[in-house]
Amino acid sequence: MNDEPHEELELTSALVPLFVITNGRALPPDNAYERTTLVSAQQDAAASVRALSPEARRVLELVAEGFLSVAEVAAHTHLPLGIVRILLAQMEESGHIIARKPVPPAERVDREVLNAVLDGLKARFGA
Amino acid sequence: MYLDSGVLTAVKILVVGHFGVGKTTCIGSISEIEPLRTEEEITEASVGFDDLSGTPDKTTTTVAMDFGRLTISDEVVLYLFGTPGQERFKEMWEELSRGALGALVLVDPERLSDSFPVLDLVERFGLTYAIGVNHFEGTTDYPLAEIREALNLSERTPVVACDVRDQQSSAQALITLVHHLLSLLD
Repeated sequence: MNDEPHEELELTSALVPLFVITNGRALPPDNAYERTTLVSAQQDAAASVRALSPEARRVLELVAEGFLSVAEVAAHTHLPLGIVRILLAQMEESGHIIARKPVPPAERVDREVLNAVLDGLKARFGA
Repeated sequence: MYLDSGVLTAVKILVVGHFGVGKTTCIGSISEIEPLRTEEEITEASVGFDDLSGTPDKTTTTVAMDFGRLTISDEVVLYLFGTPGQERFKEMWEELSRGALGALVLVDPERLSDSFPVLDLVERFGLTYAIGVNHFEGTTDYPLAEIREALNLSERTPVVACDVRDQQSSAQALITLVHHLLSLLD
């Protein structure tokens, strides 16, 4: 028996945010589920919708067939963006949805992405 | 309605400007979907302070924001967010500017002074931008050099005339911004 790992474990548990432990309705951190995060329902999500609130079910049904951005989810469901964020955080934790989060800013503004945007705009609008 | 299943990366450009400058029209002219609207709550300090508690009174306001979408390639989708340029929306600017490629600032040549607060915000949040001078029917054509001077812009900031009702013209303004962003990487 070694006491040291035990101490480490205690330190780790103290750093877990309270809302994870309580599964309470706290707003996720600012950068989570920002409006360009893409979300879709998990394949087997429909099997366990009973536990979800009506609002959460609406969100889940909307993204049942593919990916949409968080902004589109808010717009189509007419739910405030803040509420959508909370619902998505809960549903990702419960395994109902998957999220593709935007690349962190520092890595994003790179030549590759900008060239893709430029080529896409030119191809699309013949400019 | 759904994104192509291969789309992995979402990027954003902000279309900013004062009220009525044509942000939503611009977005609508190039979006592949009908522009959509989010409702979001912002808190703002109301007039007057509660001297006893030392905390300003806060009120909550709902703001509507329009946005559009353009699938750029098999893997990349571009979102265009119309962003109101008032100081009281700076909370939203925090999130919107984070990770944004840049901003297209629309200005009305007849109301240039209304664009100063907008430019303040864009610069404060560190966004690279290009200026689109929206041509409104009935307004005289202003020389772009005069507009650059009036707005006190740096020599490097691109200034283009555009008509945001026209798809090609809006796209060209965006292309100008992306060229500018690329040039800064050199």
